[in-house]
Amino acid sequence: MSVGPATPAVTLRGLRKSFGTVEAVAGVDLEIADGEFFSMLGPSGSGKTTVLRLIAGFEPPTAGTVLLGGRDVTRLAPFERDVNTVFQDYALFPHMTVRQNVEYGLRVRKVSRDERRDRAAEALRSVRLDGLADRRPAALSGGQRQRVALARALVIRPKVLLLDEPLGALDLKLREQMQVELKALQREVGITFVFVTHDQEEALTMSDRVAVFEHGRIAQVGTPAEVYERPATPFVAGFVGTSNLLGGDAARTVLGREGTFSIRPEKIRLVGPPTAPGRGAASDAPELELSNPTAEETSAAGRVAEVVYAGATTRFVVDLDAGARLVVIQQNLTTSSAEVAALRGTRVRLTWRTEHAVAVPVPAVPTPLVKESAHAYR
Amino acid sequence: MASSTLDRPAGGGSAVRGPVRRLSAWLHRHAGVRLAALLAAPLFWLVVAYLGALAVLFVSALWTVNGFTGEVVREPTLDNFRTIVTDEVYRTVALRSVGVAAAVTVIDTLIALPMAFYMAKVARPRHRRWLVVAILTPLWASYLVKAYAWRVLLANGGPVDWLFGGPGSGPGYGLGATVLVLAYLWLPYMILPIYAGLERLPDSLLEASADLGARAGRTFRKVVLPVVVPSVIAGSVFTFSLSLGDYITVQIVGGKTQLIGNLVYVNIGAANNLPFAAALATIPVLIMIGYLVAVRRSGALEEL
Repeated sequence: MSVGPATPAVTLRGLRKSFGTVEAVAGVDLEIADGEFFSMLGPSGSGKTTVLRLIAGFEPPTAGTVLLGGRDVTRLAPFERDVNTVFQDYALFPHMTVRQNVEYGLRVRKVSRDERRDRAAEALRSVRLDGLADRRPAALSGGQRQRVALARALVIRPKVLLLDEPLGALDLKLREQMQVELKALQREVGITFVFVTHDQEEALTMSDRVAVFEHGRIAQVGTPAEVYERPATPFVAGFVGTSNLLGGDAARTVLGREGTFSIRPEKIRLVGPPTAPGRGAASDAPELELSNPTAEETSAAGRVAEVVYAGATTRFVVDLDAGARLVVIQQNLTTSSAEVAALRGTRVRLTWRTEHAVAVPVPAVPTPLVKESAHAYR
Repeated sequence: MASSTLDRPAGGGSAVRGPVRRLSAWLHRHAGVRLAALLAAPLFWLVVAYLGALAVLFVSALWTVNGFTGEVVREPTLDNFRTIVTDEVYRTVALRSVGVAAAVTVIDTLIALPMAFYMAKVARPRHRRWLVVAILTPLWASYLVKAYAWRVLLANGGPVDWLFGGPGSGPGYGLGATVLVLAYLWLPYMILPIYAGLERLPDSLLEASADLGARAGRTFRKVVLPVVVPSVIAGSVFTFSLSLGDYITVQIVGGKTQLIGNLVYVNIGAANNLPFAAALATIPVLIMIGYLVAVRRSGALEEL
């Protein structure tokens, strides 16, 4: 979903926020289109949550402007902005029932009692919580609280919904289920979602576009495919997926090119010695030859340093003769755990399609290692 | 039992076991003895020194004093209570005492709420600690010193008078002064529970309320206040009961005002009527029990 001629739902210009001496947000420019599912991805302290709080209005920015639907709201209080937030800890009012929680925003807006009840019931139905309306939040499970928080924010029909790591407190199964539901819900209501997460898989599976944050700046914005397949910096390559970087001498030897390159671990095939245990790796050694960079396929020789069996897949860590370390992920289509384990320490050959080694521009000035502060993440 | 495995020498027989270790192991196996050792002293204190004294108070309230010899007559009778209920003086004093305690509680609540809110939610964490210290330090000064300080402040022609525009225009000594000084004395006992309650209130609740469109006033009424009600009640138990039993402040700044405490004091000393003093002392006890029952009914204690 690209930014069309229509007014963006959210526009950030030169946004900065400092806490004391720590610059949590160091200049962010961003446009989020109407109806988009937009994720802000980054490690702890990268400034993504602070950006969300600046959009919501919980903090005033040190510099820059926030526009919602083209209107400058930089100096407006949270209650004057047409956005709603789903908090990381859900922030449900403990002394109110689920229904009272959901009706809170409507009550503030002086919606009549009948309409309030209807809309709250409808919102609870949309998150599949009808029947629990009279419970207190304390009597709900984590996943249910999460849904109440969603219903409470959605019932007001905001232009933009901000979600601050809403799935972080849920266990894996529930998280995956909620990912699907959230995405379906967003499609259904058509509201712009701005979703903060540190989970790259979550960001990739749910979003129309992703912004990867690093040290208070946006390192890259793009569709999940762009960010994953064409990482703009080594940091993005490492944070979104497993970092497989070839640079310097290794790149020259293996790829015959100058620069830094990223190869995703699942794109690499391990063309090794026979998998039957007992056969020495040495016998394969003569076959191994160095790559031919002009061909469709590139290959490199190395030794398996580590084998991690993970059920459906196996991770191999391979030390290349050229002096780099690559991670290879292979599906266990026909191999058994004993067979893959036997590969540890053996010599192997790795091959991949040449186009899958993607050049990653290294920033001219290395990013300074700023101390991450608790404030920045708050 | 476990001892057989414990006694077995471990490996090379290097297990050196001192008497302390052996005692610990023995205690580990005897849960009942452990519990008894833990609770013996506090239970003794609670039953004998605390509940015992209370029982003596109630029993002696049923005795009387021989008006002629001044000796205590140990025959149970309800005469003392009859006097208290029928004589209008005692009813007036009891009502006045409850009124003073209620006024002190209300004043302290009104001052403590914004103060505690500032401490818990507005002030920076570094300043927060100093504010708590500042609230606590007056408790280190003697009660008497503080009460006499107020006596000087409230004296005819004193600083408070000048504040109101000259000698004699201030409140002077009396009921008002008593309420004022008691409210000052017990304020920390109201601030601290409310502060603790507000500190437990996550900031995100306030943000969520603002996010949903509520201004500060509504957020305070609908979110902050309901959450701190148990804390306010906890504080009110302190301010109310401390005010109800006080008799020193009244003597120092109360002028001719009399509260239940004064009557108890007079009956112990000048009037030499211990049983009647005991009967008077049961009034605040009964009022506090009534108050706690009412609080319990409201369900506020469950959320503590």
